[in-house]
Amino acid sequence: MTIFERSKKGRKAFRLPESDIPEYSLPDRFLRRTPPELPEVSEPDLVRHYTNLARKNYSVDLGIYPLGSCTMKYNPKLNEKAANLEGFREIHPYQPVETVQGSLRLMYELKKMLCEITGMDDMTLQPAAGAHGELTGMLIVREYFKNRGDTGRKKVLVPDSAHGTNPASASMVGFEVVEIKSKNGMVDVEDLKKLLDEEVAAVMLTNPNTLGLFEKDILKIAEMTHECGALLYYDGANLNAIMGKVRPGDMGFDIVHLNLHKTFSTPHGMGGPGSGPVGVKKHLVDFLPFPQVKKNGELYELFVPEKTIGRVRSFFGNFPVLVKAYTYILTMGRDGLERVSEMAVLNANYLKKKIEKFLEIPYNGFCMHEFVASAEKVFRETGVRTLDIAKRILDFGVHPPTVYFPLIVPEALMIEPTETENKETLDKYAEILERVVKEAYENPDALKNAPHNTPVRRVNEVLASKKPVFRWRG
Amino acid sequence: MKMKKYTKTHEWVSIEDKVATVGITNHAQEQLGDVVYVDLPEVGREVKKGEVVASIESVKAAADVYAPLSGKIVEVNEKLDTEPELINKDPEGEGWLFKMEISDEGELEDLLDEQAYQEFCAQE
Repeated sequence: MTIFERSKKGRKAFRLPESDIPEYSLPDRFLRRTPPELPEVSEPDLVRHYTNLARKNYSVDLGIYPLGSCTMKYNPKLNEKAANLEGFREIHPYQPVETVQGSLRLMYELKKMLCEITGMDDMTLQPAAGAHGELTGMLIVREYFKNRGDTGRKKVLVPDSAHGTNPASASMVGFEVVEIKSKNGMVDVEDLKKLLDEEVAAVMLTNPNTLGLFEKDILKIAEMTHECGALLYYDGANLNAIMGKVRPGDMGFDIVHLNLHKTFSTPHGMGGPGSGPVGVKKHLVDFLPFPQVKKNGELYELFVPEKTIGRVRSFFGNFPVLVKAYTYILTMGRDGLERVSEMAVLNANYLKKKIEKFLEIPYNGFCMHEFVASAEKVFRETGVRTLDIAKRILDFGVHPPTVYFPLIVPEALMIEPTETENKETLDKYAEILERVVKEAYENPDALKNAPHNTPVRRVNEVLASKKPVFRWRG
Repeated sequence: MKMKKYTKTHEWVSIEDKVATVGITNHAQEQLGDVVYVDLPEVGREVKKGEVVASIESVKAAADVYAPLSGKIVEVNEKLDTEPELINKDPEGEGWLFKMEISDEGELEDLLDEQAYQEFCAQE
């Protein structure tokens, strides 16, 4: 039931204070003819409505959320406290810069810290999330080559294991996407060599890749890419595995995007708000979007980079997310961030060891922050698919892993426990998964009809894709 | 001349004289899961072997369909617009995607016969 359906004329959950400004009549053309259609409910109705909705939800504050590629780590409440400080909360983006020096300083220092973490020379904090960062990065690539008069570069190479957003972002900017084949779960250097020519503008990579494997040939790949005159782009979705250990800038990447909402612990999922800063090396800093923040003596100022691709977001991006990420980085410190990555990798390897006893791990080796299991054998032997396994996991009150991604693994379950789960939680999760897999052999119908204990049972995904309903009234 | 052949990219091709009917194999539809949308080529389009000619979207993924041979598209299965699930129900029958006029019969040699395709799937 929606809040609109609960509405009864005349009920109120608020009382406006007496107006202390004289009445003023607006020109007739600005007046609306019909009252706004807002729900009318009492305060208890309002509180109960949203509390009940929240109870039907699942979040990382309730338990483990090992969605591979999403880095659903616990978000410290201190971040929220900082973002809620009056000085950040009560400002307006149109205020004169002299009156928001603290916020500008935060943005300036945050981009410096992120540059240090990634090994880049400058950064924009504007993009609203990861895929928006990719789009910004690809616009920079296009502008860079246009500026050099090198207009024949129409292709962007993307591995077959990449996040789906990579080819989408490249093609939105007008590039033709060409797939690089994987070999043993890594970029096939021989295949890449064949694809690299003077028509290639960029190679987009994630390292560690979506299988949770570190691309060992990365230095060779960077060298080959640069030799052919193309740029190397880093998808920062998996940065949580390498902080303090190795930097994309040192691996040879020219452009990186980060997902502050993943690696730097701000709440996300179900559409944000996220933040996808884009960092670049020296030869690309003039192309960054505006406004950029710089320091002039003791003052922070805004400026427009010389060859900017333009604005990619209104105002300054999702500013409160920046405050949370800044708080997180200062709280953890250099050593703390390094330990985050160490624990993320350790947790993933620990869980993998437990899970490989009852599920296949197609590219099994030492993994980074995540790994991909396959339920193909279970499907062949019982007819139970990965989707059914994921739905059944819900019955045990925890969140399932990412499923059917990356595409190169059949019946994939992609698991990223993150550093914030303890040993007991990981043990329990492995137990649940083992029990579900066993059940597939003993009572497959229990899985095919799952979930049984959730507020919403199995949804019709075909209908949801074909005829999505986004509004409650037609 | 009448024969049925397969590709390593999981299309089937049923050839009768100079016209080839193309769809995706049962194995491919099993991998994809429930199909929700099919993007078909325009009739009259000239395609080269190996070119992307159609795409199929399922609840899990989107997959490209490659032209198994060179030639001209002469007909598409318009029923799929409203009933994309035909690809799951009857992938190698009513769920066909398009028909094409073959321009180079020599290319037929590169296609797999049923046994070779089954072996290829088992290995993959």
